[in-house]
Amino acid sequence: MNTSELLEKIAFNVIQGRVEAEDDGFDPGLEGRPAVTELVTEALNQNIDPKKILMESLTESMETVGEKFEKKEYLIPDMLASAECVGVAMDLLAPHLIKAGVESKGKFVIATVKGDLHDIGKNIVAIMLKGAGYQVIDLGTDVSVDRITTTVKEKQASFLGLSALLTTTMRVMGEVVQKLKEEGIRDRVKVLVGGAPTSIEFARKIGADAYCKDAFQALEIMKK
Amino acid sequence: MLIVGENINTSRRGIAEAVEKQDAEFIVQAAKNQADAGADFIDVNAGTFVDRETEYLCWLVKTVQDAVDLPLCLDSPSPDALSEAIKHHRGEPMINSISLEKDRFDAMLPIVTAQPCRIVALCMTETAMPVTIQERVQAAGELIHRLTAEGVAPTNIYIDPLVQPVSVDTRMGNAVLGAIKTIMNDFPGVNTICGLSNISYGLPMRRLINSTFLSLCILQGLSAAILDPTDKRLMANLLSTRMILGKDEYCADFIDAYQNGILIKD
Repeated sequence: MNTSELLEKIAFNVIQGRVEAEDDGFDPGLEGRPAVTELVTEALNQNIDPKKILMESLTESMETVGEKFEKKEYLIPDMLASAECVGVAMDLLAPHLIKAGVESKGKFVIATVKGDLHDIGKNIVAIMLKGAGYQVIDLGTDVSVDRITTTVKEKQASFLGLSALLTTTMRVMGEVVQKLKEEGIRDRVKVLVGGAPTSIEFARKIGADAYCKDAFQALEIMKK
Repeated sequence: MLIVGENINTSRRGIAEAVEKQDAEFIVQAAKNQADAGADFIDVNAGTFVDRETEYLCWLVKTVQDAVDLPLCLDSPSPDALSEAIKHHRGEPMINSISLEKDRFDAMLPIVTAQPCRIVALCMTETAMPVTIQERVQAAGELIHRLTAEGVAPTNIYIDPLVQPVSVDTRMGNAVLGAIKTIMNDFPGVNTICGLSNISYGLPMRRLINSTFLSLCILQGLSAAILDPTDKRLMANLLSTRMILGKDEYCADFIDAYQNGILIKD
């Protein structure tokens, strides 16, 4: 297999949601063929530029998955299978990307705000962002305003993603934006908010930069 | 089986509009429909109106109880909204909910112990959403211990094992079913309660999934469910499941429901 064939195969298998050769995919009849783990390993053995694998296989294939999700051709489990592939591929690629001195697209701090323990949505967004080439700093759930703003400051992050599922905790997002202003770093970081009770109006009201309906919308917005 | 009618929730568009316009007639109709369909409690939730939740929740309590002679399930994560809403409630309410998260437990405790009431207690651990059966049972044990220590009767405790979508993790169904079984077995007198719709989030044919899930929950011993009682197919499933499991003496509830036209014919 030459380089472009191999990169295409990796992308194809991410879309099929196949982590290992033994997995079946979205379409029938793929079981037993090399999947993301085997193909990425082979690509690395062939000394293919890890940045190329990231951009041409992973990022592009997740865009396709996003389109399929948007069209409802793919449902959440299909999307998660692809995201798992990206996660596995990124674990394989990470040391090579560092060694090659490849810079990420930027540091992205992500957290579920104080008082809220829900993390399903946030975790999906974090995986997608990693696969899109961002350096994700995931602070977990129930994270205080101070810890969020301090991390943004210390890591000099360019992006901040805030998540909440409860109507009682979403207001904490506003407190984070306020604190960023007080610290004088509001204009250095783009703030994205998401989670069931949030909306475009809410994002505007608290002075966030964007509202993301789902992980793919987050990627769309990041591209702009 | 205790049925909590879930329809009066401002996350539903029609309800949100009615609450904003203070359209009592619409709310009364939603309450009556659920009462006629067999609800034991009517849930009221105004959580989407963050700034005006307390005011709207109180209005809902008055409006519903003026029209329907049933106790309500006061549904809010906000201690302030709940403590105000209780003042307008007639009879013993169900309060939804308390959990082990420290701030929430401390704030809710005085509210739920101030008067006799049923309490929905969420199986959240102090720091995370539960994943396994074990985590749920452990959280339940801790909640039961701490609530009974404050004088709450075990029969007034309704443990919610927290249903999460199988679309995200296919272990979620078994985790809840196993937790219901263990909690009902290990803590005599204590009740279990859950909502259904989270299980099917992100999947097609949600009503089918919810209905099947309800049957399996009842099999494990679930004692209360938060659902739409006006969904005749769901109620038919609930009543027939109970009957098959020997929880309906002389098949009386099933036959009654049939004769009263609550069940649909195929």
